[in-house]
Amino acid sequence: MAMAALRREGRRFAPLVSSPNPINAIRSTLAPAEEQVGLGVRSISTQVVRNRMKSVRNIQKITKAMKMVAASKLRAIQVRAENSRGLWQPFTALLGDTPSVNVKKNVIVTISSDKGLCGGINSTSVKISRALYKINSGPDTECKYVILGEKGKAQLIRDSKKDIELILTELQKNFLNYTQVSVLADDILKNVEFDALRIVFNKFQSVVSFLPTTATVLSPEIVERESEAGGKIGDLDSYEIEGGETKSEVLQNLAEFQFSCVMFNAVLENACSEQGARMSAMDSSSRNAGDMLDRLTLTYNRTRQASITTELIEIISGASALEG
Amino acid sequence: MFRQVAHRLLTRSTTNHSACAAATILRPYSTDVSTDASSGDSAFVEAWKKVAPNIDPPKTPIQFMEPRPPTPSTLPSKLTVNFVLPYAAELSKAEVDMVIVPATTGQMGILPGHVPTIAELKPGLLSVHEGNDVKKYFISSGFAFVHSNSYADILAVEAIPLDRIDPAQVQKGLSEFTQKLNSASTDLDKAEAQIGVDVHSALNSALTG
Repeated sequence: MAMAALRREGRRFAPLVSSPNPINAIRSTLAPAEEQVGLGVRSISTQVVRNRMKSVRNIQKITKAMKMVAASKLRAIQVRAENSRGLWQPFTALLGDTPSVNVKKNVIVTISSDKGLCGGINSTSVKISRALYKINSGPDTECKYVILGEKGKAQLIRDSKKDIELILTELQKNFLNYTQVSVLADDILKNVEFDALRIVFNKFQSVVSFLPTTATVLSPEIVERESEAGGKIGDLDSYEIEGGETKSEVLQNLAEFQFSCVMFNAVLENACSEQGARMSAMDSSSRNAGDMLDRLTLTYNRTRQASITTELIEIISGASALEG
Repeated sequence: MFRQVAHRLLTRSTTNHSACAAATILRPYSTDVSTDASSGDSAFVEAWKKVAPNIDPPKTPIQFMEPRPPTPSTLPSKLTVNFVLPYAAELSKAEVDMVIVPATTGQMGILPGHVPTIAELKPGLLSVHEGNDVKKYFISSGFAFVHSNSYADILAVEAIPLDRIDPAQVQKGLSEFTQKLNSASTDLDKAEAQIGVDVHSALNSALTG
């Protein structure tokens, strides 16, 4: 009876001596192990903890491998993104930057990734797109979405389904190049009526920092309107137009070229940000798995020692019962 | 207790006064802050704050760009050229004497002090003259902007130095596309074949001329 009391004591104190912040899941997995003791099995099973340790170790390996893959992809695409940065600067130098322009037909082009596990960049892009929608939708203005990438589609289709004009996915299946992006831009320009296109993407600043950015491309009519009204594009009239029959034709070509150039840079920058975010997400995930593994190892050792102690107590009490 | 309250009131009023004084001192400087380049479009930021006060406004391209110098009063001696392609910035802020671009209206020479122009380019020869040496590229179409501060931006989709072009391939392509043009049925086919013929004949003349 004293032995039974001792065994009961051991069972009662076992959860109390475990670590100060036990993982709830661990506690729940240990509970069946203790119940097995209650049913009459001699040793506390360490099998459950061992299984959990094996799966956490596998997860750590996988996330570490994913981080390496993302790092190598990042290196490749970062060079191209930085080289393409010169492409949009002449347009901003000529036409200025007018995100606060007030137009009737706004189209928000949201660039997101196709694959997940890349941190919060897609949510950030979608939040910014939604806020731009709110700013630009009024009594006489309308706002539509064009979505590039599966993750943006999944988030925006929930509440803005009627405002989505076009969805384009699987951009990165083939190597990203200017021809592909210009075909995409052509698609968008043909199928969507717009006065202003607002492109939302994450600009790659460094491996740990991605800045949400919005670039605005105006249609040629709005460019004319803004240049007549003065303001930022005020001195467009002072430029002589060479080539083409009419000024509006050249401005039309200019707007289309501007859109494809800005899109190219935006798509590359977003791809860079995606790989960088994935790298840091996988890195923190493998670090977390390592921490979990340490805690599990401690629990495993404790469980093992408790079972050895229990065995010893039984043997010794049995021996002393025989003697006494 | 009253002494403490009085003390606290006194200190609060003095800090308020000093804060007000500081604000009034700072206010004249706020107009000196450069508006667009560093802080972005203020109207946009205002509108953003009303709609989404908890989220930082997104950046805009002008915040990532170095501001261009204003128009100088005297004629500058050199032309600053930025020649960019989607894959690389071929020339970035290069100071040259002259560039000749293939505009749709013919070859156009750009010298320092050129009148501001927006020129649409057709496939042809681009040459950059710096002192005595000339660099020649064959460019596919694009745009050229000349600004009043003697900055020239040339954007092209592809640019190849002339010595990398194979004349035999050019001839073959030219004959192929001429044949396609003759046998083209729809407008789209005709337009595509015409483009092919234009590019190849421009290549031909660039190599020879």
